[in-house]
Amino acid sequence: MTASAVPAVATVSRRRGSRPRIDRIGLLVEIWLRTHTSLVYAFLYLPIVIVVVFSFNANRLATIWTGFSLDWYGKALGDDVVTSALRNSFSVALPNAVLATTFGTMAALGLQRVPKRVRLGFDALTYISIIVPEIVIALSTLVLFASTFGIINDATGLRLQLGIPTIVAAHMLFNISIVLLLVRARLSGMDRTLVEASYDLYASPWRTFRQITFPQLLPAIVAGFLLSFTFSFDDYVITSFVSGPGSSTLPIFIFGQVKRGVSPETNAVATMMLVVTLALLAIGQLALSRNARRSGGGQAGGMAGMIAEQR
Amino acid sequence: MAEPTASAEPAGGRRSLSALLTTALVFPAGLWYLVLLVAPLVIVTVFSFGNRAKNGGYEAAFTFDNYTRLLSQPQRMEPFFTSLWMAVAGTIGCLLVGLPLAYFIATRARRRKGLLILLLVIPFWTSFLIRTYSWLIILGRENLGGFIGAIIGDPDFRILGNPPAVLLGLIYGYLPLMVFPLYVTLERMDRTLVEASKDLGAARWATFRQVTLPIALPGLITGSILVFIPMTGEYVIPAILGYGRTFLMGNALVDAFIQTRNWPFGSAMAVLLIIVMLLVITVYVWFVNRGRHGREVSVI
Repeated sequence: MTASAVPAVATVSRRRGSRPRIDRIGLLVEIWLRTHTSLVYAFLYLPIVIVVVFSFNANRLATIWTGFSLDWYGKALGDDVVTSALRNSFSVALPNAVLATTFGTMAALGLQRVPKRVRLGFDALTYISIIVPEIVIALSTLVLFASTFGIINDATGLRLQLGIPTIVAAHMLFNISIVLLLVRARLSGMDRTLVEASYDLYASPWRTFRQITFPQLLPAIVAGFLLSFTFSFDDYVITSFVSGPGSSTLPIFIFGQVKRGVSPETNAVATMMLVVTLALLAIGQLALSRNARRSGGGQAGGMAGMIAEQR
Repeated sequence: MAEPTASAEPAGGRRSLSALLTTALVFPAGLWYLVLLVAPLVIVTVFSFGNRAKNGGYEAAFTFDNYTRLLSQPQRMEPFFTSLWMAVAGTIGCLLVGLPLAYFIATRARRRKGLLILLLVIPFWTSFLIRTYSWLIILGRENLGGFIGAIIGDPDFRILGNPPAVLLGLIYGYLPLMVFPLYVTLERMDRTLVEASKDLGAARWATFRQVTLPIALPGLITGSILVFIPMTGEYVIPAILGYGRTFLMGNALVDAFIQTRNWPFGSAMAVLLIIVMLLVITVYVWFVNRGRHGREVSVI
């Protein structure tokens, strides 16, 4: 343990004789590890910082810095296309997160009680939803919607078309899987003795669930909800293929802008998106680490720890 | 549609209420899986044996034309090979960048571990699209692209629109997915094993190769697969940083389904893509597992 606490001293070679010798290579390895780590973090944050900084750029060309300005935020918020995309983004992400979290949690609870055959079937489907590339799911879902809507519209005279409901339905597939995995991981790590104690004390199943199981699952449910919302809010690939006229979301707006050349307004919209999703991450991180402190133990590292472990 | 729910019923009717509850709990998720995962994949498989209708879309038929056309025309197969080598190079790149990082966080960061992980989660949590298009600014001619051009003395030097930009975008975009599983396995590693190896006189490299690496292997496999899959099917990065000129499978699929509206041909490509990916993953897992008697690493 002392070795990991004092890395430079730990790299003492004991190969030749009893006299320890400070190992030059060991020292170089330590320096290299440190430098590498710092550079990778710089690499990870550079693009994010660039977008935020250039959203305050006075110049009309997004790529050359001339001075500070808030004009682009005013312009973006005054743009009907942007505000309607913002509205659509929330109309997709919120129902998606609520429904996916509910269905995913329900399935995680239900799967404890089903025969093994059914559970394996579910696992296989969850696995498939991970293994099949997003673009394939997006295009095949589009084909499914287009074909069935065509048949239904011809047969009944209805005018079903792509729009916000189809985006929500398509996003929910992925998010149900995410919530299911998170809640199941929590369930399997749960302390069963509490549930048994509750039954021994003649608590009803509902009361046991409400007072024992649910509070223990809550961190996973909160994390699942926030992940689902963010996935949906940020998603471009699936959204763009199953959206219809008038249901453009912020990522679709940004992609269109980028294709025509990045403008400072694009950066302003992007920065507002970053603020929304990072605020959610901060809320999750605070709520979950407080919960972990209160219940003692729990998920170390809050939500970030949970996401890192799940991946 | 009622398949998973019907089989959820226990044999006797004694606990029918409980069975009903179980069914109700599992039903919505099962319905979603069947309608929005199984059904689309089945439709695509069926369509891949069909013909293109006159004005685009699908016309019922049973033919292998789409597959033979795909496999016999080299220019149709090109996006496959571009995607595969890009994904392999991107996975190796993520590994080279990610392994030392994960190793540092797991073994050297001590109290700052949580902070460093949070700092990895933030970019992962941030919109993929935004993080990708930002490289247009960074690599543009006014910034890094022009700078590199000036250094090597070539005013026509471009990164954007070319494979290196796409590869950079792939590594950048998927790096956290590689680091998380690597970190988790290295974090759980028993450090005394490394000490023991050193005490027994093993050189640093031998210790890494024979102790640390085998322990990190499950995380390495999970990480590789987690980044390889989305890289193979990537659409946004080549569309933005490759200007659509670096044509990957994702772009070819969109081209077939949306532009030319040849659904059967696009479906054949999608089916082939899934088969190729499963093959690559199976071979990779077999290759890594070979010689690890009885300590097989599962795919996910």
